[in-house]
Amino acid sequence: MFKICFEGIVYPCERSETVLHALRRQGVEVPFSCQHGICQTCMLRSLQGKAPAAARKEIKDTLCEQGYFLACQCVPEEDMVVLLPREADLYGRAVVLEKHFLTPHICRLVLKSATPLYYHAGQFVNLHRDDGLARSYSLASVPHRDKHLELHVKRMKNGLMSNWIYSELKPGDAIDLEGPNGNCYYLPGREVQSLLLIGTGTGLAPLVGIARDALYSGHGGEIHLYHGSHSRDGLYLMDTLRDLAKEFSNFHYMPCVSGERGEEGIRAGRADDTAFSDFPNLAGWRVFLCGSPPMVASAKRKAYLQGARLADIYADPFEVSDRRLKPRD
Amino acid sequence: MTSLFDKLGGEAAIDAAVDLFYRKVLSDDSINHFFETTDMERQRAKQKAFLTMVFGGPNHYTGKDLRAAHAPLVAKGLNDAHFDAVARHLRATLEELGVTADQINEVMALAGSTRDDVLSR
Ligand SMILES: Cc1cc2nc3c(=O)[nH]c(=O)nc-3n(C[C@H](O)[C@H](O)[C@H](O)COP(=O)(O)OP(=O)(O)OC[C@H]3O[C@@H](n4cnc5c(N)ncnc54)[C@H](O)[C@@H]3O)c2cc1C
Ligand code: HEM
Repeated sequence: MFKICFEGIVYPCERSETVLHALRRQGVEVPFSCQHGICQTCMLRSLQGKAPAAARKEIKDTLCEQGYFLACQCVPEEDMVVLLPREADLYGRAVVLEKHFLTPHICRLVLKSATPLYYHAGQFVNLHRDDGLARSYSLASVPHRDKHLELHVKRMKNGLMSNWIYSELKPGDAIDLEGPNGNCYYLPGREVQSLLLIGTGTGLAPLVGIARDALYSGHGGEIHLYHGSHSRDGLYLMDTLRDLAKEFSNFHYMPCVSGERGEEGIRAGRADDTAFSDFPNLAGWRVFLCGSPPMVASAKRKAYLQGARLADIYADPFEVSDRRLKPRD
Repeated sequence: MTSLFDKLGGEAAIDAAVDLFYRKVLSDDSINHFFETTDMERQRAKQKAFLTMVFGGPNHYTGKDLRAAHAPLVAKGLNDAHFDAVARHLRATLEELGVTADQINEVMALAGSTRDDVLSR
């Protein structure tokens, strides 16, 4: 018999009993539905004690790595400390070190976090302005390579936060930062797998981070990055990425413009369409999709239909709605 | 007696079948509008529930549950032709997996027995 600790109270779990059953039997209310390991509503996170493989196999590996498992499938093999799947609030202060313009509409921010942030390139942080306005921005930096946090912010017409960042925020200013959040990032293992990275607009930010993370972690498989923009002036970091492709023979970079003619080194057409016609068979690939939500949604479906496993498709739609985790009131 | 589900290979058989099947369904323009959703993981999980059921595996669905699950689709026009299309994809999936003809017939019979519930009749 093993012990399950939940919210500070220890509950015995009988032999061959699941965590979900043990908790419910003892009056603890946790979410659940199908109890067949399918619906995923009973997901919990383990702080101590590893859930057996059966409780983890349907869970995306980035969540798995953070200790997530299905309570209804988890017959413990050791004592466990578990909690509900809510990320403890990681609220910190950061100072703007650098800000410069990559294009007329995109700026690069370098932030120094007051306390070290344990993150993966490609995750996102929520910036909170002092009046409570909050927006998500993806991490282009790689923790084991870069000292500070790097974000790319695109100025949106009449957008509150992006215009403020663009025209008012300056080096030396401090801002609140919450995170990291999100499951769209590179995990080592499966080093020879091919990776397909497709992003539009500042969807390039997480992808640059993911690509560099993979390369510097020794990923041996081919890595193809497609960056799309309507017009040429929305493409950025072209030199950096071309240099990266020279440094690593397994890294390939393809900028695409959908609203203009192609030219030397720039393809005409949407980034997703171009990538999917270049690689019609994605069986065994890992796919990362970031940026415009309609692009991400349709590319996810396409990638799946072209053979990628759903669990190998990481999608990061930049929903431009207000995504504050807490209401501003 | 071993169940059909076990004879087909149990859970592992479902895992092998679910992507084959779901891709066929998503690629079929005569029915894929019923499956439009941004949450493909959830939808795939439901395909898994579907397969577990027609493979005769452990599931907790009753005819009433099937009625309830598909009633909104019936309201949107779900009919025999759609049912036949799903059945066709199911058969094709099993054939691709090399399931024997007898076993395929058993699965198809199980699936067919749900027709009235799925179509709210
Ligand atoms: C996971 C995630 C990661 C992200 N990563 C990045 C990133 O790396 N880089 C990046 O640049 N962005 C990123 N975003 C998007 C970012 O969070 C913001 O949504 C974006 O910067 C716009 O915020 P804003 O405050 O400037 O615009 P908002 O004020 O939120 O407005 C958004 C849009 O709606 C329009 N709008 C607002 N109010 C009205 C109104 N009343 N009537 C009509 N239209 C209106 C605005 O004109 C604007 O175009 C990410 C989003 C998510 C969810
Ligand atoms: C062969 C008979 C069928 C069986 C046994 C069956 C079984 C199931 C089961 C078990 C579920 C999961 C229900 C839940 O947990 O919510 C489901 C969901 C679903 N089925 Fe079927 N199904 C059948 C036919 C069809 C057909 C013909 C269509 C449409 C063409 C269809 C479309 C769907 C859809 C869209 C859902 C998801 C509904 C939602 O998102 O809530 N099914 N089905």
